[in-house]
Amino acid sequence: MQSQLPIYPEQASNFAPQVDALMIFITGVCVFFAAAITIAIVFFFFKYHRKESTAVGIVTHEDSRLEAVWMIVPLILAMAMFGWGAVVYVDYRNTPHDTLDVYVVGKQWMWKAQQPNGLKEINELHVPVGRNIRLILASEDVIHDFFVPAFRVKMDVVPGHYNTMWFRPTKPGRYHFFCSQYCGTNHALMGGWVTVMEPSDYSAWLSGSSGGSTNPAVAGEKLFAEKACITCHVANGTGPSPSLNGVYGAQVLLADGSTVTAEEAYIRESILQPNAKIVAGYPPLMPTFQGQLTEEQIFALTAYIKSLQSQPVPAKGYGIAPPTGKK
Amino acid sequence: MSNTPLTPDLELPDEHYLNATYGSGIRSWLLTTDHKRIALLYLASVTVFFFIGGVLATMIRIHLLTPGGALVTPETYNKLFTMHGVAMIFFFLIPSIPAVFGNFLIPLMIGAKDLAFPKINLLSWYIYLIGGGFVLYSFSTGGLDTGWTFYTPLSSVYSNSAVTPAVIGIFINGFSSILTGLNFIVTIHTMRAPGMTWFRLPLFAWAHYATSLVMILGTPVVAITLLLAGLERMFHLGFFNPALGGDPILFQHLFWFYSHPAVYIMILPAMGVVSEIIPTFARKPIFGYSFIAGSSIAIAVIGFLVWAHHMFVTGESTYAALTFSFLSYLVAIPSAVKVFNWTSTLYKGSISWDPPMVYALGFIGLFVIGGLTGLFLACLGLDIHIHDTYFVVAHFHYIMVGGAVMGYVGGLHFWWPKITGRLYPKSLSQFAAIILFVGFNLTFFPQFILGYLGMPRRYHTYPPEFQVLNVLSTAGASILALGYLLPMSYLIWSMRYGKVAGPNPWPATGLEWKTDSPPLTENFHVTPEVTWEPYDFQNRPDLGLAAGARPLAPAHGDD
Repeated sequence: MQSQLPIYPEQASNFAPQVDALMIFITGVCVFFAAAITIAIVFFFFKYHRKESTAVGIVTHEDSRLEAVWMIVPLILAMAMFGWGAVVYVDYRNTPHDTLDVYVVGKQWMWKAQQPNGLKEINELHVPVGRNIRLILASEDVIHDFFVPAFRVKMDVVPGHYNTMWFRPTKPGRYHFFCSQYCGTNHALMGGWVTVMEPSDYSAWLSGSSGGSTNPAVAGEKLFAEKACITCHVANGTGPSPSLNGVYGAQVLLADGSTVTAEEAYIRESILQPNAKIVAGYPPLMPTFQGQLTEEQIFALTAYIKSLQSQPVPAKGYGIAPPTGKK
Repeated sequence: MSNTPLTPDLELPDEHYLNATYGSGIRSWLLTTDHKRIALLYLASVTVFFFIGGVLATMIRIHLLTPGGALVTPETYNKLFTMHGVAMIFFFLIPSIPAVFGNFLIPLMIGAKDLAFPKINLLSWYIYLIGGGFVLYSFSTGGLDTGWTFYTPLSSVYSNSAVTPAVIGIFINGFSSILTGLNFIVTIHTMRAPGMTWFRLPLFAWAHYATSLVMILGTPVVAITLLLAGLERMFHLGFFNPALGGDPILFQHLFWFYSHPAVYIMILPAMGVVSEIIPTFARKPIFGYSFIAGSSIAIAVIGFLVWAHHMFVTGESTYAALTFSFLSYLVAIPSAVKVFNWTSTLYKGSISWDPPMVYALGFIGLFVIGGLTGLFLACLGLDIHIHDTYFVVAHFHYIMVGGAVMGYVGGLHFWWPKITGRLYPKSLSQFAAIILFVGFNLTFFPQFILGYLGMPRRYHTYPPEFQVLNVLSTAGASILALGYLLPMSYLIWSMRYGKVAGPNPWPATGLEWKTDSPPLTENFHVTPEVTWEPYDFQNRPDLGLAAGARPLAPAHGDD
């Protein structure tokens, strides 16, 4: 509906109508207050214009009830804005489970995306309409931000952190994406296009242009051997470090008794800062890989560990918390 | 001047702080400890930085006339907006009202001879100059391209510009702020004239008290944060760079812990100015004095607890985001209270259309838009779309230029007769106020729409669909520039040719109006005693108004 008005960008994701509705609500409240104040000021300005040079105003006394009213009414409206905004935000920050995951790396001044089958794109992102898409964001250098106005979502891409964002495209088409966190000289050129396709077109596109690309899990398996991870993380659990079979998505029991979900951010941290979270029952043996792996290599290793999710967990020699462990 | 009481032809006092007996040579200015002269030193120096920032802004707006960028290279564009921000925020907006009007007026308003620590006051100006010198050195040797926010690791590792002298300059300049804040707090606590109780203090003094708290508590944090970024840059110590084990998000927390309250350093004093102007030109006590005074303190306190609302899309925890959004909505309430009370003060007033009033009402109009658009940005769900777009640029310019600068220019018009002893052309200044208001809105309102359409900030080039709104904005900026050049011209003209104002031309109720214009070096001939309530026109026969029915007394008459 609003997409026809020039003051709105196109609505092309599940979040776009929600954000626009919030915008309309808050605009409505604010226009009301701004108009009321402006009309009052303009009215008083003319109505009480001083006619005699020595005239003074009529004293009006402070009224606590009036003060209370104009504190409480705006507070109630502000809380409505807060609550509604929070609902949308919590939805945005809680990614659904059935997402199609795309890895996105920002670097000065380009974006590299990697589809689940390993297909790589530069300053382009192809996604199917109607699927929940999760972008896993990493930066090679400074802070960037992945922003798609037509989807009404953005997320900073922070070096040393994994951030994720999700959306569900609702309308096929081509939409601008921008870097919206200032990142140096060519910040303004660090953008591109999101292409939202019908699922069948998307599959055809994936298979049609996948020549030469390596499945990230395969690349990760190779790295796992090259970097000698395999020496300690023995699959059958007999090595000095826990087996990684089935660990992705599971709860891992740590030395301090707490548990953590083995997802992208945890795996990344364990590779780069192995001593940050020690698995219960294992000595802190692992060397750091900080500065030795590119973001894409970390993606590949993560993809490989993810592919081990379906492998049988050995009888002993793993880090997964027993089911009775606390959440 | 038909709206102000008729007064006989006035003459400047024989002796005042500008021509005082200890001489008027350059030495007597550079070594002065007179708060009024120091205020004028600040006035001159912040004007220089305002001019530098203004020229940079003009170049930015010309560059953005065409989608491809009309004027400069990307590197230069990035330097333009960075240096514009640094010059305007750290060296114009933060010192502007406190260091100029606060310095000039706080002792006069509370009936003191000077600030509590006059030499420290002069020291703070020299510190400002040294800090400013470092920053100008950075600007002229390679420039600065990090954005005024200095986000790491861009500033600490990747930038090729002169970051180090700039952060040293801002670090040094911080002490100037801290010392000024300290001086104000001690002065307001200890040097009030007999009868000047806390609840007889002008609201301008309350606003500066709140501002000073923020200056003292917040400035050390940003100073140390920028120093850490500088150390990381110079010596590769890993504070914020993840490759060295640091965390770039930590920088943002520390930076905004000061830099959000810094917005209140800019806007609270402007609110104080407006709280003086409105009752004066409505000729009645301000409505809800204690609520306006209390709201200044509330803004200063809650303002310290909202910083991470700049970080909703950095990946901060959802619970942190919820907390900071909630607190950001709370801080909106005391600002709303001020606006409602100012508006109510007009009710049944005797409203003159003198220039300061036109500026003050313009302030309210722009501040209302700036404040209300803050509600959009505090809204978590909406911020994921409008964060880091032109919506934010428009919002903070409405607060910092529409609000703080409008308040500053309004204050200049209100106290100019006190500072110089002379009046300026009335119609011309009313016209300038309207030009400023119209030019400002035309410049920045289109940017809200640009932001919602998705134009990110700090872009030297943009897709063609954004051009129309950018052209509108540039057109507005040229009107706005006229709105600043006009007052600059006629105020300078008036210093020599303006009509002599007399001690209390409006008239106003504050103590600063009960002495000569310009005042003596010692401010008052006799220590004043306060026996009236603030902004009371009814029981002040000395003002020569209808209720009092006594001609306007010269300041060193019988008071």
